[in-house]
This record gives sequence, C-alpha cells and structure tokens, in this order.
Amino acid sequence: MGLTLADYGTMAMLFMLIVASLAMYFIRDLMHAVIVYGAYTLVMALIWLQMNTPDLAITEAAAGIGMTVMMMVVIYRTSRKEE
Amino acid sequence: MKDFVLRRVVALLLPFIQMFGIYVIMHGHTSPGGAFAGGMVVGLGVIGFSTVFGIEQGKTKMPEHVTTITESYGTLWYILMGLVGIFKGLPFLANKLAVDVGVPGELTSGGLIGLIGVGVGIRVASTMVTLFFTMMEEEA
Repeated sequence: MGLTLADYGTMAMLFMLIVASLAMYFIRDLMHAVIVYGAYTLVMALIWLQMNTPDLAITEAAAGIGMTVMMMVVIYRTSRKEE
Repeated sequence: MKDFVLRRVVALLLPFIQMFGIYVIMHGHTSPGGAFAGGMVVGLGVIGFSTVFGIEQGKTKMPEHVTTITESYGTLWYILMGLVGIFKGLPFLANKLAVDVGVPGELTSGGLIGLIGVGVGIRVASTMVTLFFTMMEEEA
C-alpha cells in the first residue's frame, strides 16, 4: 500500500471527527458540546483543504465555525435550561 | 462584556475582517470562496462586534432600516443582472454584458458573475446580521 504521510494525516483527522461526534452525543453540558462542535468544524475545514477543495474549506470555515457556533451560543444564552 | 483585551482586539480586527470579506466577494470568480462565504465573513465581523460591545452599539453600525434596504435591493440587483440577458435576446442570466469578457484570471474577467456576486454578498451579510439581531432581542 503506497500510503504517504498526508494520507495518515487525513486518516487521523477523520478519526478525530468520529471522536468529536461521539463526544457531542455524550456530553451533558450544552456549552461544552458547542465548543466540541467548533473543534469538529475546524478539523472538517482542514480535511476539505487536504482534499484539494479550498472553496468548500472557506465556506466550511465561515458557515460552520462562524455562523453555526455563533447561532448555537445565542440559542444557548436565550433559551431556558432543561435539567 | 467588560474584558479589556477582548474589546480592544475586536475593535482592532473589525476593519481587517471586513476587508477580507470584501476581498473574497470581489474575487469570487477567480479564486476560492465566493459571494456567499464572503458575505458571511462580512456579517460575522458585525456580529462579533455586537456580541462584545452590546447590541445597541452594534445597531449603530447596521441600523434596521439599512439592513432592510440592502436585503431587498441585493435580490433586486440579482434579478436586474439576470434580465440583461433577456434584453439582449438571450436566456435569463446569459453572460453577455461585455463584448469581451477579459483575460481569464484577472479581476475584470467573468463579465456579469462579479457584478452578481456583489449583490449576493450584500444580501447574505445583511441577512446574517438581521438574523442575529432578531435572535438576540428575544433574550429580554
């Protein structure tokens, strides 16, 4: 198998995506889950860059890191807390 | 928020964030990015500012009557640019504004695409800011 160093880097980042997704399900604190989601989106943007699609990387960085996390923080601050 | 470092950094970074967003909008047809991503960056600059400095001061940057006008006229600009093709006897959004569309890779190449991107960018930026203000006001 002719795997280069970049391939192992992509595989490590994909593994981080799996870990972050599972962590978001099991974390009970909502703000911590939003922070983990921010890390998930950052790794996802790096994967897009690794796959030679910088267009999607910019959109992911703006829409994911900026917009979604910002909106989730606003929703967290304005909604009432369960449990 | 009262944090000195946060306030100073956001105040210093705001023009650079907006400049990068405008750059991404203007170069949407020659480089990665586009009107949607660039407009989102421009909107995020204002959103970050009003998160740190408070919603009242953020509304002095982008008042409600300004966002209403930019939202509506961004869409109207897109339709007008699309109708250029129809006036020339071609399909909607046909890219025939200039006779020569320029050298590929330059800013003036692409004909109508860059002009459409400006309207889309303005529309996306004002929509994001309006969404944020509407959601924050329900905190009360």
